[in-house]
Amino acid sequence: MTTRKDHPTSLVWHRFSQHRLAIASGFLLIWMGLLAGGAPLWKSLLVLDGQTVDLFMRFQPASSLHPLGTDELGRDFLARLLDGGRVSLLVGITAALFASLIGTVVGLISGYFGGRLDALMMRFTDGIISLPLLPLLIVLAAIDLSKLGVPVALINAENASLFRISIIVALAGWTTVARLVRAETLALRERDYVRASRAQGATSWRIMRVHILPNLAASIIVATTLSTGNIILLESVLSFLGLGIQPPIASWGNLLTNAQELIWEAPQLAFYPGALIFLTVIAFNFLGDGLRDALDPKTIHSQG
Amino acid sequence: MIQFVFSRLFQSMAVIVIMSYAIYGLMGLMPGDPIDLMITSDPNMTTEGAARLRTLYGLDRPITERYLHWLEGAVTGDFGYSRLFSRPVFEVIWPALGNTAILLGSSFVIALGIALPLGILAAIKPYSKLDYSINLFVFAGISVPPFWLALLLITLFSVIFGILPAGGTADAAGASGLWERAKYLVLPIASLTLASIGGHARYMRASMIETLRHEFIRTARAKGLSQTQVITRHALRNALIPVTTVIALDFGYLFSGALVTETIFAYPGMGKLIFDAIMGNDYNLALVSLLFATLLTLLGNFMADVAYTWLDPRLGFAKGDA
Repeated sequence: MTTRKDHPTSLVWHRFSQHRLAIASGFLLIWMGLLAGGAPLWKSLLVLDGQTVDLFMRFQPASSLHPLGTDELGRDFLARLLDGGRVSLLVGITAALFASLIGTVVGLISGYFGGRLDALMMRFTDGIISLPLLPLLIVLAAIDLSKLGVPVALINAENASLFRISIIVALAGWTTVARLVRAETLALRERDYVRASRAQGATSWRIMRVHILPNLAASIIVATTLSTGNIILLESVLSFLGLGIQPPIASWGNLLTNAQELIWEAPQLAFYPGALIFLTVIAFNFLGDGLRDALDPKTIHSQG
Repeated sequence: MIQFVFSRLFQSMAVIVIMSYAIYGLMGLMPGDPIDLMITSDPNMTTEGAARLRTLYGLDRPITERYLHWLEGAVTGDFGYSRLFSRPVFEVIWPALGNTAILLGSSFVIALGIALPLGILAAIKPYSKLDYSINLFVFAGISVPPFWLALLLITLFSVIFGILPAGGTADAAGASGLWERAKYLVLPIASLTLASIGGHARYMRASMIETLRHEFIRTARAKGLSQTQVITRHALRNALIPVTTVIALDFGYLFSGALVTETIFAYPGMGKLIFDAIMGNDYNLALVSLLFATLLTLLGNFMADVAYTWLDPRLGFAKGDA
């Protein structure tokens, strides 16, 4: 254990840098982000095209023209992977942020006001956690939005499935953050500075915003990072089942939809998208683990 | 004890009723309605005919009224007909329930049998090489997409080695004999098991490390007990308490895993049934099988609660109870 009395930020950084897997994961995720985010650029640099169907070029092995070969419709597989990564990461991170927003609001209100409201909200949260979520999400993904009065033009918009899946996945993913935020808020609201503020006549809204929320930042960051991995997994499962992101938009999940039928002809098509999901999710989990160790002063450290 | 069981049963009943109403409502939002499906299958159907059928089946009534009507039937054991299978819903669900119970039950037991010892091993020497390796395995377990794991297993054991079937059941393939039947279970159980070991082992490790910090463990060590005795006699039961709650909450998650696994391996269980029913617009079947799935998870939670109180006598419902 080092006994440096540095600025808190460098102390956190020092502890974070002890977690080698978290550092490696951070770099991996930056790489993934660059590769996926810059997909159009890389495709034009490598002269790859993930859209054009060429049935004479199906299941080509890797070559200089197609670095990872082609898929069942003769499309370049690397280009599809890059595009799919952009969509999967974008949807995953959007949904995770959205889920963390819901979770923070629910947890904050529940923990701050306590009492009956708290009991009710936490019952509800526990109820959600214990349900068989995937089947219910499948129903949500399958419902006809026009019956809810959503304009048809909006439903049929090209990117509609992206928004839809983000919302659906977020509806399932907020519980972790909510429970964590609630637990911390329960402790924070009894602190002296919060009481002092209340005695001075501050409104609940102000206390929550100025005194409690900033103190929750570390926990929220950790919980969001950890749940991003889960949310990307959930999105990929729904897309794999054909209920998430709809083709022709590629995502790592829906690239695997056909892979099962093609597994005898082209097992390599099933390998890459899944491996990329796996690497991304494990990197988010390690990163979250490292952040928790670094940000939580209660964690007991031992080196070795 | 009896009071506890009754209050829990009452709560579960309430959840089931609320869920049935919510799911019934959601089913009404699915694309098309049963009459639309009849129209597509019968070209001679007129608009008036369709309207008459809607009235006949009560589809023009408000949703709450239709729900109450459905509930009336359900209470008397009439769950309606499945459109996909042309049989009463209950007859379709019953065998699927058994198949899922086999799949979930075996992978649950195997996963615990591997995960708990792994978690304990990791906790005995935290931050050692062994702990580090187990930790890597645990993170891999919780991060792997379950369907991809299944695809990898199929590629390895069916495509490359060709020793295990890629899906289906022995009945469908006309195979008989114990091994022939078991062969079809190996890959589904393996993929479901591998996907849940990680989480369980992680909880076990955390809880065991926490338990080993207690004073009574130090006392046990001080009186000269061996490591094994300390762990099995003094620490294990205490460490299992928080683990049961977390694992209980995972029943729903386990069921979600079963849906993916069954769909990939064409295993005729509840998960695949729900998926097929939703995809095939079989509203009755989807509704009832979803409710059964919910019931199953609630039952799992309930059993975990009982196990919890058995493990921790301090919670005992003994006080004032019969």
